[in-house]
Amino acid sequence: MSKPIVATASLAGCFGCHMSLLDIDERILKLIELVEFNKSPIDDIKTFTKQCDIGIIEGGCCNSENIEVLKLFRKNCKILISLGECAIMGGLPAMRNGIPVKECLDEAYLNGPTVGENKEHIMPNDDELPMILDKVYPLHEIVKIDYYLPGCAPRADLIWAAVAALVTGDTLNIPYELVKFD
Amino acid sequence: MSEIVKFTIDGKEYEGVKGQLLVEVAAEKGIYIPVLCHWKGVKPAGSCRICSVKVNGRFMAGCTTPLEADMKIENDTPEILDIRKAIVEMLFVEGNHFCPSCEKSGNCDLQALGYRYQMMVPRFPYEFERRDIDASSPKLIIEKNRCIFCKRCVRMIKDEQGKSYFAFKGRGKHLQISLDKKLAVTMSEENAHKAMDACPVGCILRKEVGFAVPIGKRKYDHVSIGTDIEKLNK
Ligand code: SF4
Ligand code: SF4
Ligand code: SF4
Repeated sequence: MSKPIVATASLAGCFGCHMSLLDIDERILKLIELVEFNKSPIDDIKTFTKQCDIGIIEGGCCNSENIEVLKLFRKNCKILISLGECAIMGGLPAMRNGIPVKECLDEAYLNGPTVGENKEHIMPNDDELPMILDKVYPLHEIVKIDYYLPGCAPRADLIWAAVAALVTGDTLNIPYELVKFD
Repeated sequence: MSEIVKFTIDGKEYEGVKGQLLVEVAAEKGIYIPVLCHWKGVKPAGSCRICSVKVNGRFMAGCTTPLEADMKIENDTPEILDIRKAIVEMLFVEGNHFCPSCEKSGNCDLQALGYRYQMMVPRFPYEFERRDIDASSPKLIIEKNRCIFCKRCVRMIKDEQGKSYFAFKGRGKHLQISLDKKLAVTMSEENAHKAMDACPVGCILRKEVGFAVPIGKRKYDHVSIGTDIEKLNK
């Protein structure tokens, strides 16, 4: 039997969740025996080269590119996992959610205490830049998500337990100490 | 004279003092009924409904219902646990709870209930309403994003004349907790700490003492909320 294929991405996240995935220590050797990685920052494969079984996504959707990547993952992965607070509820980037985008941009580029040098009052406007969204969206408000692993970052043991259970088909009993929101 | 009556919780028979509140009766027997708005010794408000139990087949708030003879109480059933979990989820989506940056994280009763019920994601959509932070008083920060409107502060924190430092302002969606600016100026250190400890979430914070306890040593890092009560049963 061929190994299950895993893809990962960081959208509006800080890469802390990916760091936590690496935090499984020597079990990482076991992991590469169990699964094969496809598109992921971990192996630097940039585009999907085949259908994947498990997609793991950190970070919510704060701009148009995040949405594009997320939809691409939904199309190419049988199972999608929201990894971490940002993916599940927007996380710290979503602290802007109650505030109109214009107010946020004005504060960041025109009125903030550290923007004194921006004398021409330039707002980033390059066509290459993705469009910023009206708010940061949890992943499940954009596409269907199959599983959620909370935490900021989620505990390495939780990620390991969940991925191992998915791959081996074992039932997942999560100990109390592994479900945390911080 | 207090009258002793018989009753059952989840089919098991007990005896207790008639008139005592169900959450407190249960706690004495080592059975945990969660509370967020209730505080022992303070007039019950019954506002958060997390203590919902079924009494003779009907939903009741365990913190406002006095014990009567022959009550058949259901507490630990899938239906009730799911309702409690739904209430926790509702409170999470209604406010703005960014636990990773919250001073109360690890010691917060709302979060702890999320842990106890293993809330992986709320079933309701996030509201993301804009709410303010009031840091204008000398001792306290009022982080309104996290208020769950339990009214503990209003009911418990009063000056010598019996005046409440806290009050609710507005209604419905616009309801918010507010600290009386004039009274706050003379608030004692004792009352400031009492307010912070009474608040089940991270809405009332004593300035300059946040994040005092490291991760791993906080109240709910290793043990679930309710464990202290359930220990009596073991
Ligand atoms: S959940 Fe925490 S660790 Fe993960 S991306 Fe968001 S901020 Fe970083
Ligand atoms: S008050 Fe509790 S639930 Fe809300 S952000 Fe703080 S720790 Fe999380
Ligand atoms: S500030 Fe805290 S104690 Fe007061 S109503 Fe809000 S949650 Fe309850």
